[in-house]
Amino acid sequence: MSKQDLELVSVTKRYGATVAVDAINYRFKSDSYTCLLGPSGCGKSSTLRMIAGHESVSDGSIVLAGRDVSHLPPAQRGTAMMFQNYALFPHLSVLDNVAFSLKMKGAETAKRHAQAHEMLELVDLTNLAGRLPDQLSGGQQQRVALARALITRPQVLLLDEPLSALDPFLRIRMRGELRKLQKELGISFIHVTHGQDEALALADDIIVMNNAVIEQAGPAQDVFNAPQTQFVAQFMGGHNVVALPTGHFAIRTDAVSVTEPKQGAVEGNVTAVEYQGTHVSLSARITGDQEVIAIIPDSTFFANPHHPGDLIGLHWDANDQHKLTA
Amino acid sequence: MVSPLAAVLLIFLVLPIVLIVIVSFWRATEFSIIPAFEFDNYAFLFGSPVTYTVFFNTFKYAVITWACTLLIGFTVAYYLAFHIRSQTWQIALFLLCTIPFWTSNIIRMISWIPFLGRNGIANSTLMSWGVIDDPIEWLLFSDFAVILAFVHLYTLFMVVPIFNTMMRIDKSLIEAARDAGANGAQILWNVIIPLTKPGIMIGTIFVVTLVMGDFITVRFMSGSQSANVGRLISNDIALLQYPSASATAIVLLLTVLITIGILLRFVDIRKEL
Repeated sequence: MSKQDLELVSVTKRYGATVAVDAINYRFKSDSYTCLLGPSGCGKSSTLRMIAGHESVSDGSIVLAGRDVSHLPPAQRGTAMMFQNYALFPHLSVLDNVAFSLKMKGAETAKRHAQAHEMLELVDLTNLAGRLPDQLSGGQQQRVALARALITRPQVLLLDEPLSALDPFLRIRMRGELRKLQKELGISFIHVTHGQDEALALADDIIVMNNAVIEQAGPAQDVFNAPQTQFVAQFMGGHNVVALPTGHFAIRTDAVSVTEPKQGAVEGNVTAVEYQGTHVSLSARITGDQEVIAIIPDSTFFANPHHPGDLIGLHWDANDQHKLTA
Repeated sequence: MVSPLAAVLLIFLVLPIVLIVIVSFWRATEFSIIPAFEFDNYAFLFGSPVTYTVFFNTFKYAVITWACTLLIGFTVAYYLAFHIRSQTWQIALFLLCTIPFWTSNIIRMISWIPFLGRNGIANSTLMSWGVIDDPIEWLLFSDFAVILAFVHLYTLFMVVPIFNTMMRIDKSLIEAARDAGANGAQILWNVIIPLTKPGIMIGTIFVVTLVMGDFITVRFMSGSQSANVGRLISNDIALLQYPSASATAIVLLLTVLITIGILLRFVDIRKEL
């Protein structure tokens, strides 16, 4: 545990009678990429905005590098925020946007422009320094926003759905750049998103939130592989949630294999078969009117194809069966 | 084929101005007006020292009124746009600002007279409080009264466009500025004012044109002791000196157009229209 850690201690946000964030506790690892993941209205954005200081903390405290920052103004916390729509100043050039925080501190023009140029080099935008934000593409605007946030030398960079305004192609490219930048700078990134694929691709750690509380938090692989609650299993996707006599379980769809009837763990009737290129998605109905999806490599499936209506057995390893607590 | 709307513009806007231009070149004597093409009216206008005094006065009223309405209008709009959180209250207070405008300009102007007069409410209140011993003479029928009335009449023309522009400022820009360490005054100076410039400019155009074209406010509130270009024209008309009035009107029109032209060089208002 390093001294640079960011920690949330029983952080609560109330808007009148509604509780947006309900007493969450979490210790962020230093120099890591953490994603706050959840459906809209789950409290992830409020949490981020409280860390940034753009939303007051109703209860609890936010501790960064050993000091309570809960009531400090945003700029004195050691955090910087990148806004969802980038919030670039439309009347300022790219260079002046990036240099804005230095200007507020009273730095001389020459000095702040030199530093801003350095930042623009980092995000590879030096040739566009004189442009206005309107004259940039979405991806370029995002990089300006990134440079503007990083010039304050934050210990933690907060990103509020940074990729949602981009088209799918650019989204994948920018997420690669974000990950690379985090490694290069060696600071913590906290990234709010509602896309589980984005979270898995980027994060060291994932915090899944729902209904104002943390459902599950941990390394990305653990959260995906071993969901603890039904909500996490369904939200992360790729899982079957089945009720067996011994309780509710999550089983990854690609851990399920198809056998002859009576040879698997359970029996089922094939209800649908969908060819998806590299694999085939086979849906079957098992006892208790539950649907189980098996993802089978296409070669395996076509060696022994099944059709809707067929009776089949479904098999999985006991290790792949994760008990759900809720 | 001329579309009906173009025809309306032509008949009600272009044609009258063309007529005024034509009449401004006519010759007038004490008892008759003769169609002609001569520059006597303009020569007389530019040759008279009164013209320069009156134009100076007109600009003086415009500049002082502009400064006062801008200060008040910006503050009101800023308060409405950034300090009132709920939209219902924003709309309610905005409508409240417009209520005085449901009354005629002249009535609102005249209602200052009993307030400001020698034995008016202002003077008698101040005297009863013991602040002053004798009535203040310059409250009414003075430049002070003229400008007070102008500010009262035209501040809303500043509030509306500035409020409109401010409402379009993305609130996350202010958060971004705060995130970058800007304090309230720095946010105002570096973010809000630059982004409100087009609204300020539209309000400026309204106020400047209204004040420069006014004659009734100056006449009532100065007690006919001050004059602006509007009064010059209205006097000429009262004396049936239409050619002279037309020439003055054309010079005033050009002056206003040049002023607006200069203003527009500074700020691009196209996005607001």
